[in-house]
Amino acid sequence: MSKNTIVVVDYGAGNLSSVQNVLRHFGADFIVTSRPEDVGRGSALIFPGDGEAAASMGELRRTGLDEALRAFHASGKKFLGICIGCQVIFSHSDERDTSCLGILPGDVRRFPRMPGLKVPHMGWNAVDFRVRHPVFEGLPQGSSFYFIHSYYPVPRVPAHAAAVTEYGETFVSAVADRNLVAVQFHPEKSGLVGLRLISNFLAWDGCWENGGGAVDA
Amino acid sequence: MLEKRVVVCLDVKDGRTTKGIRFKDNADVGDPVEMARRYYEEGVDELVFYDITASAERRKIRIDTVRRVAEQVFIPFSVGGGISSREEMREVLLAGAEKVSVNSAAVRSPGIITDGASLYGSQCIVLGMDAKRDPSMPCGYRVVIDGGRTPTDLDALAWARKAEELGAGEIVLNSIDADGTREGYETTLTRIISEAVGVPVVASGGAGRPEHLLRVFTDGRADAALVASMVHYGEYSVGDIKGFLRSNGIPVRLT
Repeated sequence: MSKNTIVVVDYGAGNLSSVQNVLRHFGADFIVTSRPEDVGRGSALIFPGDGEAAASMGELRRTGLDEALRAFHASGKKFLGICIGCQVIFSHSDERDTSCLGILPGDVRRFPRMPGLKVPHMGWNAVDFRVRHPVFEGLPQGSSFYFIHSYYPVPRVPAHAAAVTEYGETFVSAVADRNLVAVQFHPEKSGLVGLRLISNFLAWDGCWENGGGAVDA
Repeated sequence: MLEKRVVVCLDVKDGRTTKGIRFKDNADVGDPVEMARRYYEEGVDELVFYDITASAERRKIRIDTVRRVAEQVFIPFSVGGGISSREEMREVLLAGAEKVSVNSAAVRSPGIITDGASLYGSQCIVLGMDAKRDPSMPCGYRVVIDGGRTPTDLDALAWARKAEELGAGEIVLNSIDADGTREGYETTLTRIISEAVGVPVVASGGAGRPEHLLRVFTDGRADAALVASMVHYGEYSVGDIKGFLRSNGIPVRLT
């Protein structure tokens, strides 16, 4: 493992081949690992996955990856969460009443049951960025990304909401705090804008402060 | 707002696309990977591969195709056609497909839907359903299998509800009556099913003009629409179709 190696965390939550294909496309140096001792050795971390919160947290605890993820985040190195990796970083998920990693304060809630609103939220939807961030550089406001999920994060700190999307209601579709960015959509399956987001993450130095300035719509 | 998806379907046999006329000037005529990449670049939202290979080599060929598509095409795609075991589902998903589609096998043993959903999540498991008009059925449509050759006792609406309950995360609904006519989707059938289930419904069969997609998205309440020959034969590009939909007030992703 070199000093620029990206660690992709494998905890049995779905399929990692899409993320790997994108990293290969960019010629990135990466490893896929489920060993906590490998996690800290990377220069950047990608925490992907789709699946279910309780099963994911169970597996993270069983393997000790939960502590490794918290430690990696605390080290200040850049961290990208995707889909379920944008949910279990919060304190708690309503999905089977699951206590989560608590890296950011907040909850994960289900879309409301209402007529005409199909759940899961599946398909392409517009993302409105609320902050300027190096990882979102060059992405037009309202770019469409591919979503597939039934739950979404509700950060307790409003400044952590980095982007929002409409589906029955307005929900937070990306969060950002210092060295962490997490997205509810799948950039690895979102065509050119998704590739751009991932290449931005690869190029990012991992430093960011929320300047409080909103992005012009 | 969630956008309506335009999905291109590629029929693959022995690792080659069976309707490749549009790209006949291309050295890679009929190569599903090449076609997938072209549609991806045109802005298609999703791809569906139906593998109609009959040879003993089919699994190996299929996995190789799926892997090559996944390396170059960074949008979701699903794979169907004769998938009848958990092991086949696993192979296809691990090779890089987002979803697997089950059709006749799910009618014969519905447990495959539940198995797939509990192992890989409902979002990965698509029910492919072929329905044929039949006034003697409660909803007016009967489920047929084996590519339309074998009628079943199932009512299309009852089967759609049952499949959702078993864990299917999406339904690709193909009308045997409309399929190949290029005269428009079976809008009534699509609406009956789409309004009755809580999972997305992809309309299939009958697309010939962009107006047909407009109609199935509005009157038919479809979440996505599948097209094949209208783009394969070069009459329309994915961009033409989406531009038409957008100008008629349908939310679609433009790239």
